Amino acid sequence: MTAWSRRHVLSTEDWTREEIERVLDQTEPMLEVLGRPIRRTPALRGRTVVLFFAEASTRTRMSFELAAKALSADTSIITASGSSIEKGETLLDTVRTLQALGAEILVMRSAASGAPYFVAERVTSAVINAGDGWHAHPTQGLLDAFTLRRALGDLAGKRIVIVGDVLHSRVARSDIHTLVPLGATVTLSGPPTLIPAAWRCGQLPPGVSHEEEVDRALDAADAVIALRLQRERQESGLLPSLREYALEWGITEERVARMRPGAPVLHPGPMNEGVEIDAAVAHGSRSLIEQQVTNGVAVRMALLLLLAGTPVAA
Amino acid sequence: MILAHVRRIDADGRERREDVRIGDDRERVDGDGLVVLPGLIDLHAHLREPGYEESETVATGARAALRGGFTTVCAMANTLPAIDSPGLVAEIAARGREARAARVLSVAAITRGRNGRELADLIELARAGAVAFSDDGDPVEDARLFRSALEYAHAAGRPVLEHAQDRALSGRGVMHEGAVSADLGLPGIPAAAEESAVARDVAIAKLTGARLHLQHVSTAGSLELVRRAKAEGLQVTCEVAPHHLALTDAWVAGSRALAWEDGAPRGVAFDSATKVNPPLRTAADARALWAGIADGTVDAIATDHAPHASVRKDVDYADAAFGISGIETALSLVLMGVAAGMGDLGAVVRALTAGPARVLGTSLPDDLIVVDPSREWTVSAATLVSKGKNTPLLGRTLRGRVIAAIVDGETRYRDDAALGGRRSAEAAAR
Repeated sequence: MTAWSRRHVLSTEDWTREEIERVLDQTEPMLEVLGRPIRRTPALRGRTVVLFFAEASTRTRMSFELAAKALSADTSIITASGSSIEKGETLLDTVRTLQALGAEILVMRSAASGAPYFVAERVTSAVINAGDGWHAHPTQGLLDAFTLRRALGDLAGKRIVIVGDVLHSRVARSDIHTLVPLGATVTLSGPPTLIPAAWRCGQLPPGVSHEEEVDRALDAADAVIALRLQRERQESGLLPSLREYALEWGITEERVARMRPGAPVLHPGPMNEGVEIDAAVAHGSRSLIEQQVTNGVAVRMALLLLLAGTPVAA
Repeated sequence: MILAHVRRIDADGRERREDVRIGDDRERVDGDGLVVLPGLIDLHAHLREPGYEESETVATGARAALRGGFTTVCAMANTLPAIDSPGLVAEIAARGREARAARVLSVAAITRGRNGRELADLIELARAGAVAFSDDGDPVEDARLFRSALEYAHAAGRPVLEHAQDRALSGRGVMHEGAVSADLGLPGIPAAAEESAVARDVAIAKLTGARLHLQHVSTAGSLELVRRAKAEGLQVTCEVAPHHLALTDAWVAGSRALAWEDGAPRGVAFDSATKVNPPLRTAADARALWAGIADGTVDAIATDHAPHASVRKDVDYADAAFGISGIETALSLVLMGVAAGMGDLGAVVRALTAGPARVLGTSLPDDLIVVDPSREWTVSAATLVSKGKNTPLLGRTLRGRVIAAIVDGETRYRDDAALGGRRSAEAAAR
């Protein structure tokens, strides 16, 4: 196995299949650690991981925090409210300070697409992108790939459908940039206002197709990922109503039945039940939504270890 | 110094060989390999004074212009306060004269304080020396007010320079809307945000019969609208910016290939130096702009020089200010495009000299510049005279450099190191 050479995790867009598989393979032993009665290993004892969340997040922040703690790292959390960000301190000032305070690994969430690139250019810390604007959420892409690989086996030739607000979704972009290198194809479906115009007009990334009608998209699909619909999309004139969205694009049991037998349903959370996904589907036998949460911690542990350059003991 | 038998191109793009004198000394040197052009005219530069002196001043901007070969530069009015009074118009011109670099012409705001609601005193401003009117940075959104502006400017004998943008369509966009913005997850500015505004502006120009000049036209569609307006005989002119001729939206994703190159070295994605309004468009748009220069649809190449202090650019992409510091790299980029076969030198020279003079309705001043088209130079914070170091070309080696500039008969810039090494004309003749 070749040495891990990436200093940052900004997006998986330029990653090779081998790099993605390396992370997924390292996630298996992490899942085993999380299954132990005492969920802790000393691998990162004495190392400092700073979670810098300039945009509100509960799930991803907790997931990273649990991952760092399970590896015995020292963690600090800085969120937008209550930090000097509110006092007009610039992003650059903040991250330089965090670095000076000894952050070896900086996990950052930002509302601005590309912010982790800006930071990674200017600090010596390793930067993990925990979601930047509409651009990327690489750990979500990796955990979705891990979850799907466990459910479906080798993803080569599998067709995964992503339904909903693709335009504003860093999850959709990172899912594409993780699943396609693993050999899967991705079909996008959603309201015309919420799919990038270039992608509706045929300028699609490799391995990706667009299908206006969600029922057709789901026919014989191997899995579906429902995206969260932000309520402000309706307020900004991009949607007539949430009710209409639920009727046209909501993942219902009837729609799930169009896929291959047993094909799973994923959702990055938090869910609007009854809008993008029916409660019966969200909590039904095909749902992998809870596994996604557990796998998310394991994937983030694997990445922290790889970036810290620490060998992994199963 | 006399440049013997040097290649000289006039404002109409015609070429001949002759002796050209620079300065008082009478030493004759070999002019081979150099090109002498009329002083370039930039219709569009942000000199930032008053109000944003940390980004540029009239003096630093005028020196940067001269270094880039522009012996005349039009200073935009989006300062703080805006240039909307006769006193400020005169003050900008006076500071320009003091700088003894490029000639600085003052453009006055269309609306008071650039507020978009009430007309500035256009006739009075023209009397005070304003060469044109522009609320650049913002479009005049109110169509009825824009009609009044065109009619008043026409009465004052000045063109209106309009920044065509439909703000409802551009929204919170920060780059061109297309495949690259879809991939990067950055809010896009569609070509239609410019084109629908151009269509409106042309319709109002037709209504009034006034002179309308469209600034920084960046899409193939806008250019087609201008082409049709000209065919109809309307008094519509337009300019294109060097960065739209040479760079593309792929630069936002980290490409560093010029519009006519493929496979150049890659830079970093989300570099805020690539953020500019109108945004960098596609390679097809760039080709359409070059075609517009060739067929005369494009009247002028204007830099839209937009220097910014680092605090306004050294932030994430969404928060960064729009604008590229471009007055010193403009001529190099355009000459490199010509060398790559994108256009013809004569047409480009016209668009940098006679074209902009015609837009302003003035005769061409008797200025000269000497260019060494094969001289390479590296763009860096140190080599740029402008206070604005915000260009995605930093670190890149360009070809073509101005080595002397003469304004009003006075040699205001001369690179003696570049000129000093030349053989004497007698030696060259032997």
